[in-house]
Amino acid sequence: MIQAIAFYLFAIVVIAAAAMTISARNPVHSVLWLILAFFNAAGLMVLMGAEFIAMLLVIVYVGAVAVLFLFVVMMLDIDFAEFRAGFVRYLPVGLALAVLLVVEIIFYGFAVWQTDSLQLARRVAPTPESVPNIQAIGDLLYTRYLFVFEGAGLVLLVAMIGAIVLTQRQRGGTRPQNIARQNARRPWEAIRKVQPPVGQGVEL
Amino acid sequence: MTAWFETWGMPYGWAWFVATIIGILVIALPLMLAVAMIIYADRKIWAAMALRRGPNVVGPLGLLQSFADGLKVFLQETIIPSAANKGLFLLAPIITFTVALIVWAVIPFQAGVVLANINVGLLYVLAASSLGVYGVIIAGWASNSKYPFFSALRAAAQMVSYEVSIGFVLISVVLWAGTFNLSGIVEAQQGLYGFVNGFAFNPLLFPMAVIFFISSLAETARTPFDLTEAESELVAGYQTEYSSMSFALYWLGEYANVLLMCTLNAVLFWGGYLPPFDWAPLYWVPGILWLFAKILFFFFVFSWVKATVPRYRYDQLMRLGWKIFLPVSLFWIFLVSGFLMLTRVGVPS
Repeated sequence: MIQAIAFYLFAIVVIAAAAMTISARNPVHSVLWLILAFFNAAGLMVLMGAEFIAMLLVIVYVGAVAVLFLFVVMMLDIDFAEFRAGFVRYLPVGLALAVLLVVEIIFYGFAVWQTDSLQLARRVAPTPESVPNIQAIGDLLYTRYLFVFEGAGLVLLVAMIGAIVLTQRQRGGTRPQNIARQNARRPWEAIRKVQPPVGQGVEL
Repeated sequence: MTAWFETWGMPYGWAWFVATIIGILVIALPLMLAVAMIIYADRKIWAAMALRRGPNVVGPLGLLQSFADGLKVFLQETIIPSAANKGLFLLAPIITFTVALIVWAVIPFQAGVVLANINVGLLYVLAASSLGVYGVIIAGWASNSKYPFFSALRAAAQMVSYEVSIGFVLISVVLWAGTFNLSGIVEAQQGLYGFVNGFAFNPLLFPMAVIFFISSLAETARTPFDLTEAESELVAGYQTEYSSMSFALYWLGEYANVLLMCTLNAVLFWGGYLPPFDWAPLYWVPGILWLFAKILFFFFVFSWVKATVPRYRYDQLMRLGWKIFLPVSLFWIFLVSGFLMLTRVGVPS
């Protein structure tokens, strides 16, 4: 019973938070609602027994991606009137996309409904109870899907290098810190002890 | 404990529920007391290193100082700045405080004594500690004030940076232990070379222990890395606009986090509830006392660092995180996994 209560709690919060994400006036509030939605989606995954995915969702999305999101959105200076002006113009495209997604979901629902038990058993191959799902995912990822996995890693690496190359520009006139030189500097190079007589300053 | 309630005739669900609630109280209430005493200890150690007396007026030896402070803030008025975003402003300290408490659910206090013995324990710790940054960011933004906002930006960048190297350090520990379960990690540390308990005694993992300790200083924003509340630059950082209980929640959350990081140091690298040496008479002392002794030792080191090390500059902080810790810990993962491949290959995990 506790599981059912938890499921409905998480599910309702996810939907409500998702609705608030798109309807909140302030973009920072939007991001915060989005974070709440992520967090509760992780809760749903725990209920399904996919605790590894749930933890990754929280660590990667809530802990890192959303922080950067928030970081950027907090510093934006957004004109809300301009936001509203674009709303009507993009409404048809948005509606078309929404209808497409709903139709897809319905088709998918029917597809699952109509499959017989054999097909279903082939599609979902539940891991045995005794195998923790980290181990199950690891076994699949590093044996059967090794090349796909490494390919994905390579794509990410290329994207990362691309982002660095695109954003890094050399500006003239900067004086970057030379850490090695700073560390190599010793007190006697920087400090001079003097005992100036009264009424006389120090000559630099 | 669930089983004990079941003997009273409760159905399993309710027995589990009641047992869990009691377990939470048994951890959280002593934790609050411990936080109060640890604040006092911090001030005493700090004072001793500065050749001062520290708090010595309230109660014998000043032992009740923290409670007096708590009473004081409780009686003060909660001031909410008129320009602040009220809901988020009040939510932020609650997030910090809650996140500081929820991680304790997976800490093993003794063999088998843990509230939630989940098999992704370490990931849970990482997930919950990555939530902690929201308390700071939301506070900085919702205060709608200059210094808290700067502080929030600094905190966000700092915590995300050091979480990366903490993650890699944890992976090398997990590789060695072969499990994400914290009790399993503690058990895996038993009998290294036949006489010591703790991964830190392993020369291959000792550098990771050092990196983890320094990163945990950065993660809790303790002194060499306390740029989020650098009082000479940012007044009091993200807490500037807070007063009364909302400020107290930050304070408690901060120290609960410090205690947590000390505990993680003890659990991951120094054998947790195991005695330091694998020698039978030492096991007569209950494991929880060994764990507390280790936590207190690390807390002393935290205070020691706070009293002696000057604050880093922000670029130095970022350089340490990204240019030193990240490459070293990444390289160490290859080293550790290579070593394990050489020595344990063919052994099923």
